[in-house]
Amino acid sequence: MAEFNPTIIGFACNWCCYAGADLAGTSRMKYPANLRIIRVMCSGRIDPQFLLKAFKDGADGVFIGGCHPGDCHYVSGNYKTEKRVFLLKNLLDGLGIEPERLELNWVSASEGQRFADAVTAFTTRIRELGPLGLNQPQLVVHG
Amino acid sequence: MAKNAPKIGVYVCHCGINIAQTVDVKAVAEYAMTLPNVVIGRDYMYMCSDPGQDLVKRDIKELGLTRVVVAACSPRMHEPTFRGAVFGSGMNPYLFEMCNIREQCSWVHVDRAEATEKAKDLVRSSVARANLLEPLEDRYADVTKAVMVVGAGISGIQAALDIAEAGHKVYLVEKEPSIGGHMAQLDKTFPTLDCSACILTPKMVDVSRHPNVELLTLSTVKKVSGFVGNFTVTVHQKARFVDVKQCTACGDCAKVCPQRFPNEFDLGLATRTAVYQPFPQAVPSAFVRNEKQCLGSLPLACGKCLQACEKKCIDFDQKDVDREIEVGAIVIATGTDVFDATTLPEYGYGKYPDVLTSLEFERLSSAGGPTGGHITKISDGEEPKDVVFIHCVGSRDKAVGNEYCSRVCCMFVIKQAHLLKDKMPGCEVTSYYMDIRAYGKGFEEFYDRVRDEGVRFKRGKPSEIFRRKGKLVVRVDDTLLGKVIEHETDMVVLGVGLVPAEGYLELAQTLKLSLSSDRFYLEAHPKLRPVDTNIDGVYLAGCAQGPKDIPDTVAQAKGAASSAIGLLNKGKVKVDPIVAEIKEEACSSCHICEALCPYQALVYDEQKHVMTVNQILCKGCGVCPAACPSAAITLKHYTSVQIDAQLDALLSKAAGSEQLAVSGTGTEA
Repeated sequence: MAEFNPTIIGFACNWCCYAGADLAGTSRMKYPANLRIIRVMCSGRIDPQFLLKAFKDGADGVFIGGCHPGDCHYVSGNYKTEKRVFLLKNLLDGLGIEPERLELNWVSASEGQRFADAVTAFTTRIRELGPLGLNQPQLVVHG
Repeated sequence: MAKNAPKIGVYVCHCGINIAQTVDVKAVAEYAMTLPNVVIGRDYMYMCSDPGQDLVKRDIKELGLTRVVVAACSPRMHEPTFRGAVFGSGMNPYLFEMCNIREQCSWVHVDRAEATEKAKDLVRSSVARANLLEPLEDRYADVTKAVMVVGAGISGIQAALDIAEAGHKVYLVEKEPSIGGHMAQLDKTFPTLDCSACILTPKMVDVSRHPNVELLTLSTVKKVSGFVGNFTVTVHQKARFVDVKQCTACGDCAKVCPQRFPNEFDLGLATRTAVYQPFPQAVPSAFVRNEKQCLGSLPLACGKCLQACEKKCIDFDQKDVDREIEVGAIVIATGTDVFDATTLPEYGYGKYPDVLTSLEFERLSSAGGPTGGHITKISDGEEPKDVVFIHCVGSRDKAVGNEYCSRVCCMFVIKQAHLLKDKMPGCEVTSYYMDIRAYGKGFEEFYDRVRDEGVRFKRGKPSEIFRRKGKLVVRVDDTLLGKVIEHETDMVVLGVGLVPAEGYLELAQTLKLSLSSDRFYLEAHPKLRPVDTNIDGVYLAGCAQGPKDIPDTVAQAKGAASSAIGLLNKGKVKVDPIVAEIKEEACSSCHICEALCPYQALVYDEQKHVMTVNQILCKGCGVCPAACPSAAITLKHYTSVQIDAQLDALLSKAAGSEQLAVSGTGTEA
């Protein structure tokens, strides 16, 4: 069997995490190519339904990047994200999804290295957890 | 393809080799052609160039494109460029979508097959989103024709003068009782040896007398709301207890004050009274009373100054005030502080009186300083016969958390070595350094001159300073001799680096400014937008952005001023149309959104029994649509439908999944 290559969806807020990812890029820092990012203006835009949908439709892990506490461009959006992620993590277990597959990390615009490290660590964690397997038939079709 | 289906053009940029060397751009462009509603997929060397943009414009006209996707660099870099390009061809700019395959792909991945596969996925996601984009109308707001400049050192003064000269009102906010900043503390400036006060103080007077400038000393920014062109700033002004307009700075009050405290301007090398003037050339030229240090006004306590002041300008009952000020732009010129040398206890600063910082030495050397410019040891008032300077104290030092070079300290210390040799030619002067960075105009020539004057430059960073038989001993590994030496001396001057000014973090949080890893304020782009910040209408000047010498500070201040003037002169600003919208028929009046909105933009309509969005207050964060249980709220341009489509595309479930499944094998690279 081929090595498990996880599908990881990312959400990044425009002002901190996405800018941090840009810095990782301009600094040519390397990290695994599994993550695909969807840019939103604030991590507070991330509806828990997006995260559930991602898992349902084949993501093995979901990474959320927001501003450090106190630094949110929209005053307090990241605090709301934190609460939502906390609640959702509690639910995931009951749905048969390991809560560790959902990661919330704070990355500022100046933390390119932190972004690269966080993505690398998260990818490694998802590799270790293995495929989520909620959509087994589909994985066979597309794999 | 349905008749009214979007016609999408996809453009894949090589970015020279920045993208093309890791991503097979041709394959990505060809792949894009297989995606739903894509009518053309092209790759081009530099999409952001004129010919690149023309390519898009031509296709819009000739092929009738209704959506454009450019797969290139970060949207934070060139989204405005391409929005402008498609707008120029009559397309709504919000029907443009940028796909980031450089910072997100070619620059961070090595494997060409993997990077190409990811680029295709990202393009697929962008095309899925482009299919669902809706035209949005930019709105415009008037600009308040006034600027707030925060910090009144040389950068703030220069920016304020330039903006005021251009005919706009300036509020110059300074936390200290006088303007002037650190430049006012300097004796001479390198490499030209101008007298610092002689070039600064006339500017201080100019700015204070300018009819367009309102000076707010003892003031700090407490709160900022609004947006570009329309900021409301709450400024907290501490009571001065002296009427600035009436005070003639005669000094009669200070003469009778019985209290003595270290003088901040002279860094504690001299004393001052509780009612005082920070320095003789202070602007405004008025005294200030320190409430905590004053014995009080009750007749039994003291109150001597009240009696001494003939003009009766001392007012013990003055109160702190908060003022709300409307401005169109803000210039941050909060400057810098010097590194706290007590955090390096091995150098004995604070323990041995004759170990000084370079800023303290500057006060000693200054004719207006505590010794009238006579350089003497603090311990016994004798002239030193041997002085050691140490470079890079608190700079280029990961151990103290300052990895960066402070840029000015090399020349600052070299200048001081010159001043010392000039005043006391017989004094032995040695400078210990790891590198000398003489990068500016005339700097290397000045360094050469000071070496010729007999200042000895020795390579090595001292490890320890201690006292032996009444002498200071500097222990240093002389890296050129290759051995540890002990240098007996009378005085040591620590060439301290620069750190962000006190209060930098609070101001960053108040304004939502980003910080770079060195803790100075982060510019919008290090090369191309050095005075802009991530907040439109907020500009950076001087050392607030990073350590700088005076010429660079003044240059950046003029840059920040011109940006602010340009904004004010335009008169109108574009207001982002990315705001929340409520489907009234779906609203269940649960009020959940109301409590979440940080801008109080969600207002309950008592008549209709639904929530409404105040679109002027809404900043488009999207916290409310993510929380609405009846999906009544949409955030324009980031709708749930659009994000769902991106998810579908990334998880290979978009329409045309057969093609996607084929692509999933990753064989083409």
